[in-house]
Amino acid sequence: MSFDRIREKLNILADAAKYDVSCSSSGGTRKNDNKGLGDSHSSGICHTYTEDGRCVSLLKILLTNHCIYDCLFCVSRKSNDVKRAAFTVDEVVELTMNFYRRNYIEGLFLSSGIFKNADFTMERLLLVCKKLRLEQKYNGYIHLKTIPGASDELIKEAGLYADRMSINLEMPTEAGLKLLAPEKSHQDVIKPLAFVQQNITQFAADKKLIKHVPKFVPAGQSTQMVIGATPESDKDIMYTANAFYKNFSLKRVYYSGYVPISNDSRMPVLGTQPPLLRENRLYQTDWLMRFYGFKVQEILNDANPNLDVDIDPKLSWAIRNMQHFPVDINKADYKMILRIPGIGVMSAQKIVQARKFGKLRIDQLKKIGVAYNRAKHFITCADSPYQLRDYQGTQIKAFILAESQSKYLKTDSNQLILF
Amino acid sequence: MTYIFDGSLPGLLTAVFEWFERKPGTVSLKSIETFQPEAFSESFTVVTNSDKADRVWKGLQGKLKKDWLRKFYCAYLSEIPEAFDHLFQFTIYVFQNEKGAENNYGNAHVIALAKYAKSVEREKHRMEAFIRFQHTADGIFYTGVDPDFNVLPLISNHFKNRYADQQWIIYDLKRKYGLHYNLSTVEEITIDFAVGVNSKNPEAILLNEKEELYSVLWKDYFKSANIVARKNTKLHIRHVPKRYWKYLTEKQLS
Ligand code: SF4
Repeated sequence: MSFDRIREKLNILADAAKYDVSCSSSGGTRKNDNKGLGDSHSSGICHTYTEDGRCVSLLKILLTNHCIYDCLFCVSRKSNDVKRAAFTVDEVVELTMNFYRRNYIEGLFLSSGIFKNADFTMERLLLVCKKLRLEQKYNGYIHLKTIPGASDELIKEAGLYADRMSINLEMPTEAGLKLLAPEKSHQDVIKPLAFVQQNITQFAADKKLIKHVPKFVPAGQSTQMVIGATPESDKDIMYTANAFYKNFSLKRVYYSGYVPISNDSRMPVLGTQPPLLRENRLYQTDWLMRFYGFKVQEILNDANPNLDVDIDPKLSWAIRNMQHFPVDINKADYKMILRIPGIGVMSAQKIVQARKFGKLRIDQLKKIGVAYNRAKHFITCADSPYQLRDYQGTQIKAFILAESQSKYLKTDSNQLILF
Repeated sequence: MTYIFDGSLPGLLTAVFEWFERKPGTVSLKSIETFQPEAFSESFTVVTNSDKADRVWKGLQGKLKKDWLRKFYCAYLSEIPEAFDHLFQFTIYVFQNEKGAENNYGNAHVIALAKYAKSVEREKHRMEAFIRFQHTADGIFYTGVDPDFNVLPLISNHFKNRYADQQWIIYDLKRKYGLHYNLSTVEEITIDFAVGVNSKNPEAILLNEKEELYSVLWKDYFKSANIVARKNTKLHIRHVPKRYWKYLTEKQLS
């Protein structure tokens, strides 16, 4: 292959793929038991980070950015005046193998614009996977895009080689999607998601009965929604996410702050800052649902359709629900301890173990990793100072904001931290 | 009273054995490298003995679950002088208490061990992430590193399982030893760098003709994957501290 041509292709096809934010390589269970190349690390590895601070774990490329569709939010849309390119199947295989051998990546994330038709595209994606797995004995991670409208047979075969499959909802509601991509519908996404999910369940059931059942999408499925291109509320977004987690056992839902790429009047214009803080608040909410035992309705509801900007959703919830506090660290359920602002999953687990050995004091909580300045408003422990009066939620919020203000000003406003 | 040991893991375990034989009260443990005689403090030099060490290790295996044995080993690999003393005190504490005492996060040695282990695990994880092999003319995938802690023993299996079909060398330039995988086993090696190869000068090794192509493609890829509108240098540096940049192909000027 010619050096310059392959460089040009890679530039075009990596650039077009980068708006898909998922770069997770976790959940893989593939072992290198054929003395080939690669295995997958169950928790994934980020090999580097882009200058915008996102994890780079996979070689994320499109097979081609030619597309017969014209989705307004997408750089590869038919009507967009960009350079087009297409990799051959062998080029993708060679790039993947050579990047992997040098420990640049955990694997391949392969997506594509739709050329000719869905099946034609899916067939080629499948071919890349088969060559890697069967000819190259490659056991690294493969994240494959499911092409909407591809036949069940192709999708099912792809599931035998991919670790994860995903298909993007794009807009959080059907109405939003129709506005920007009239040819598309959430149904196009739901059908293949459900089909893959049924197969995952079926393979898992077979595995209980029969010894040698091949793997089928062992790292599960994910999806992505674009945030801020259309006018949905945070509640709309998270209720959709919640429904998809429940109905299709998704491993992840990604929220991608819209980066303006066109001057169409139906969307934020070029130069508008992507809504990074909002994106972060949505991820925090997602975390609360998945790891902290919160129901989405507790965080977002008709009275609170949007997340607070100035404080994180866990603190918001606590302040709105002061009747549950203060919580006694030495007695309360693990579940309740998890809900205390300033205490994460690791600290909560340590607290529950350590208190068996005696009542915990403030200095011990700090050593365990509790953000005490935040948590102190919501807890009592062995040596809590005696409090004369109960503070209102709004007062506590003011204390915490005042305290974090100085820190906040020093750090960059778009530096994103989870709790 | 100070116990002095030779810095090895068996030495540390022997020290515990000696303490239980003598029960001399409060003792602190130092390695011979960092020990400075004090006028008013007594000291005792531990003679490493593998039988004694084995007995203590067996004892620990009976007391601790796998995850804590791992923490113990990691804390040792930190090579931090104070960590040795914490390991020593921790072991005595565990032997003197009922099973499960390691879960007492109110105990200073428990917390200290957990902390050292966490730092070492983080460094291990970073090496697994940030190592970049270069394909040499003789077909070996080579990298030189200088990790903060002695993590080569911890990463050996990861690389062996993953890169089973290629020969590789990971060389610790600081501790002057490396691992060589020869397609069947991993051997410890030392290299005599006649030309003075170091991490800043890997070019001294003759590279495979394709190496240039792939390192350029990777640098290109790194640039393309960035979204300029989201630039966040602080976050970037928090994830990839500057001291690791020297390893990263994508951070070298092209
Ligand atoms: S079908 Fe996919 S690649 Fe094509 S324009 Fe729509 S979003 Fe972009």
